[in-house]
Amino acid sequence: MDRRQFLKMAGLTSLISLGGFTTVELIRPGLLDASEPPAAAPGVKRLAMVIDVSKFRSEAAYKKSIEACHKIHNVPDFRNPKDEIKWLWTEKYENTFPGTEHPFVKDSVKEKPFLLMCNHCQYPPCVRVCPTKATYKREFDGLVAMDYHRCIGCRFCMAACPYGARSFNWRDPREVLKDERLDREFPTRTKGVVEKCNFCVERLAKDLIPACVEAQEGTGAMFFGDIDDPGSEVREVLRTNYTLRRKPGLGTQPNAYYIIGGV
Amino acid sequence: MKLYDGGKIITGLVIFVGLMLSPFILGMAKPGEKPDPKTDTPEIQEMEEKDRKCVEPKEFMRTSHMVFIDSWRDQALRDGDRVYENSEGKEIDISLQNTCMKCHSNKKKFCDECHNYMAVKPYCWDCHIVPEEKEGGV
Ligand code: HEC
Ligand code: HEC
Ligand code: HEC
Repeated sequence: MDRRQFLKMAGLTSLISLGGFTTVELIRPGLLDASEPPAAAPGVKRLAMVIDVSKFRSEAAYKKSIEACHKIHNVPDFRNPKDEIKWLWTEKYENTFPGTEHPFVKDSVKEKPFLLMCNHCQYPPCVRVCPTKATYKREFDGLVAMDYHRCIGCRFCMAACPYGARSFNWRDPREVLKDERLDREFPTRTKGVVEKCNFCVERLAKDLIPACVEAQEGTGAMFFGDIDDPGSEVREVLRTNYTLRRKPGLGTQPNAYYIIGGV
Repeated sequence: MKLYDGGKIITGLVIFVGLMLSPFILGMAKPGEKPDPKTDTPEIQEMEEKDRKCVEPKEFMRTSHMVFIDSWRDQALRDGDRVYENSEGKEIDISLQNTCMKCHSNKKKFCDECHNYMAVKPYCWDCHIVPEEKEGGV
């Protein structure tokens, strides 16, 4: 086949295939179009947290959020790392973003505490491993929620979570949740169940923002909102700041973002 | 036919049968011990006469509250919908502690009154917080 014949053949084949497309298009319009990502159903959200670490200027600033959270959710403090229950806590850079550390990381970053919580992942491994569906993904707002009534304490979720966001109740939390430490509006948990941050689902139901965010009001340290809404504050913050997520390589698509620019 | 040691055997049998039946005889409710759940908490008494009722009709609540609370729990947690519309169209916040127990603030004289009688022991209170019992509120 010489060059000319080849071009003729090629032209003919593409004509036929174009014809094929036309035929299909006539019979089933739209069938051969590239598929669009499905539009989010109306009212469906993906809630996310953005944390500007530089705005936490002291140990007390972290404490404010942690205490607000732990108080209203009856998270016990056993003053003992072995029994620790944490919904919100701090960790150093090297444990927050492992794999990115090197010996010459800026001192202020190396020493800075990072505020950590459940990342409410888009693809949460804890949900996949839970044998009772006690942990589940809320499709309408992206929260990784827990139904404590179903938790059998197997702790598969703890093994699966790459962020250490889950705690097991080795002891009865009521041992230390007495009098003014007990918030009577919210249940405690009990010995033998796992627990974690719930993005303040019970407050969201009353149109309140998460307690940790509220505790930082006016500081610009924390933002919370629908990351699927291009007009939301969180999207604006993400547009205008360089942000990191924890362990992105694992494919869990965390919904907590960190601004470390000003540190 | 002769029953050796008949007396002893019969006595033994009577004692045996008596022992077997004792839980039933002792457990039989005596009149006046019928459960009497009190719905006269200060919270309920403060309500206006016409509003002084449960989230659903009393008869339904009496027979079906166990399943009803479970459906509340699932609606709040699994469906993420924490507002219940009752059969009269009234909207009510779904919460065991902050709704049921706000009116029925006398767990001992209300929930327990029936449950003890029926020997059911819901494990809810391992986590859900019982209202502080008010003195003289009954
Ligand atoms: C607004 C106050 C209020 C709330 C909230 C409320 N109740 Fe009631 N409940 C009452 C009153 C008043 C009665 C008595 C009704 C009557 O006598 O007609 C009652 C009756 C009952 C009864 C029947 C008692 C009997 O004597 O047979 C049960 C069971 C009950 N409630 C359980 C519940 C549960 C469970 C909840 C939460 C899902 C709840 N109640 C929420 C006020 C309330
Ligand atoms: C009128 C009597 C009565 C009152 C008042 C009452 N209960 Fe019950 N409840 C029962 C009975 C009877 C059962 C057991 C039903 C069965 O075993 O089928 C039961 C069962 C339950 C169960 C299921 C327990 C289980 O182990 O399956 C729950 C939960 C419960 N009640 C909650 C409450 C709460 C909360 C209150 C107070 C606000 C309350 N009940 C008041 C009679 C009552
Ligand atoms: C292991 C601890 C635990 C036990 C045991 C438990 N709960 Fe819960 N329950 C919770 C927690 C935690 C929530 C979540 C509260 C929230 O998100 O507002 C909850 C939520 C609920 C809710 C919906 C929201 C609300 O505020 O009430 C209902 C209804 C409920 N529980 C009923 C029950 C009943 C009935 C029982 C007993 C049969 C029970 N629970 C036993 C921990 C527990």
